[in-house]
Amino acid sequence: MNWISEWALPKIKTLFGAPREVPENLWHKCPSCEQMIFHRDLERALHVCPHCGHHMRVGARTRLDYTMDPGWQKIELPKAPADPLRFRDQRRYSDRLKEAQLKAGQEDAVLVAHGAIEGNRAVCAAFDFSFLGGSMSAGVGEALVTAARLAVLQEAPLIVFTASGGARMQEGTISLMQMPRSVIATRMVKEAGLPYIVVMCDPTTGGVTASFAMLGDFHIAEPGALIGFAGARVIEQTVREKLPEGFQRAEYLLAHGILDMVVKRGEMRATLARIISLLRMPEAAAEPAVLGGTIALPAPEAGASAVQ
Amino acid sequence: MRHFLEFEKPIAELEGKIEELRRTTDAGGIDVADEVGKLRDKAQSLLRTTYAKLTPWQKTLVARHPDRPKCLDYIRGLISEWTPLAGDRAFGDDAAVVAGLGRFRGRSVAVLGTEKGNDTESRVKHNFGMAKPEGYRKARRIMELAGRFGLPILSFVDTAGAFPGIEAEARGQAEAIARSIEAGLDAPVPFIATIIGEGGSGGAIALAAADRVLMLEHAIYSVISPEGCASILWRDQAMASTAAEALKLTAEDLKRLALIDAVIPEPMGGAHRDPEAMLAAVARQIADCLDPLLPLDPATLRGRRRDKFLEMGRHAVA
Repeated sequence: MNWISEWALPKIKTLFGAPREVPENLWHKCPSCEQMIFHRDLERALHVCPHCGHHMRVGARTRLDYTMDPGWQKIELPKAPADPLRFRDQRRYSDRLKEAQLKAGQEDAVLVAHGAIEGNRAVCAAFDFSFLGGSMSAGVGEALVTAARLAVLQEAPLIVFTASGGARMQEGTISLMQMPRSVIATRMVKEAGLPYIVVMCDPTTGGVTASFAMLGDFHIAEPGALIGFAGARVIEQTVREKLPEGFQRAEYLLAHGILDMVVKRGEMRATLARIISLLRMPEAAAEPAVLGGTIALPAPEAGASAVQ
Repeated sequence: MRHFLEFEKPIAELEGKIEELRRTTDAGGIDVADEVGKLRDKAQSLLRTTYAKLTPWQKTLVARHPDRPKCLDYIRGLISEWTPLAGDRAFGDDAAVVAGLGRFRGRSVAVLGTEKGNDTESRVKHNFGMAKPEGYRKARRIMELAGRFGLPILSFVDTAGAFPGIEAEARGQAEAIARSIEAGLDAPVPFIATIIGEGGSGGAIALAAADRVLMLEHAIYSVISPEGCASILWRDQAMASTAAEALKLTAEDLKRLALIDAVIPEPMGGAHRDPEAMLAAVARQIADCLDPLLPLDPATLRGRRRDKFLEMGRHAVA
């Protein structure tokens, strides 16, 4: 050991080796346009690429931070039995589940929170796609039913942010039964006369789409989100046709009458707040009217006097 | 010609031998009645032992057996004054979903089901039992109609799943399924679903959000086909039999997990060996389930149905 290995080599490594690690930590590559984005810029842009507008996937916590007013509170969820079928493929499901729980710091794929959106009280449930693909387990069903009950209790609208590959195969038919179970949750909210809003994020497919996600009073999606029932590969293999451009993307669903609107992440909070307040405060104080995007004309008398 | 499944080969050989011996007797040869009798006993006992311990994968094959009674067979056998109804009032009629009115044991009922067809022509006509949005929308319309007139709903489910197609997606396949589940859960009348063959995922639950879900002994009910599961989790379709095992898709397993309400035993060797007896058993079980539901008012029916589904998967079953 001499000064070269102890001091000079690490120094040289820092000088030449370290910069190669910088992009990994501080720079993100947009999966769509492949441009590099500085991490602070990406966070400021709510994980939307400043170059091409691609909406990147975000976790449930981040989603709630982006949408709800500060101070939202996570709700403790009733525990569902872990690994009810004692399922094992190449690995034990119980191991996969434990690993996902450790990594995500949450029990299952959905986070339920209550709080406000621009001052409007709301209960939100957000899927985390990174948790076993946001798949539907008994725990996810439990989260949705709990969120619905909480919304009814608080007389608050329920907003669900979906991001899911569909069923959790490792829970077999129990996973399938979360479809009727989640539909019942939507009924509870609607029967209480409360708004139920679905925000479909990338991706929303399979059993999630074919149950609670398609039963909203309002269907909103993020730009470019993949939304559908069957997987593209399965469809291609079945019909042996090339899929149309933009198939199963949010804009395609909007054009086919399945969504109300496609809303950019940066405008989601304001849009949700506006919908809620329109429904919940139908007689709010009069504000300067802006009709059809043009400024309202002055009263006839004023107009007449202006002409002279 | 009877269709034999791969695992039935030894039974097929025995039955072939019996047939051959009988033919030589008929042709005026030596009398082999004794021999035939012995062989027949042997074939019967082989059939019994084989079917007593079918693996989940073998049950999957039996559930998909081409000769198995289909939805329309049950309707023909169980429903009088059958009056088929068509269309979703928006786009078209989907023959994969059969719907209509009729009488079950004298009582007016609404009937729904997925029909796979039993020969090439009818299979194509019914799209192999894989429904499109208009099929689920027709189902929902008939469920609402049943509710309006106080008719109990009977459904017969036999489908690999909802049809995966471009047009189906464009017309809102997911929404159509979701609404059909909702209509079932909301029905103000008794609703009894019977899984007669394959209960394939969302396409099946769309017609089975019922007060009582019955399953034939060798029917399957699953969130994904064993082949699909194998190709995703094992990256190998050949692992389908292992996947079938893991998915717990048999009637026996699902009853134990409290996801279905009753298992209807099948005739020896499967429903297709004695369709008459199968139909009679299904009719008996439906009647037994329906009777106690008839006096219940809509709110009670709905409330209990909801509670049943809300409990599913909440408790570990040993």
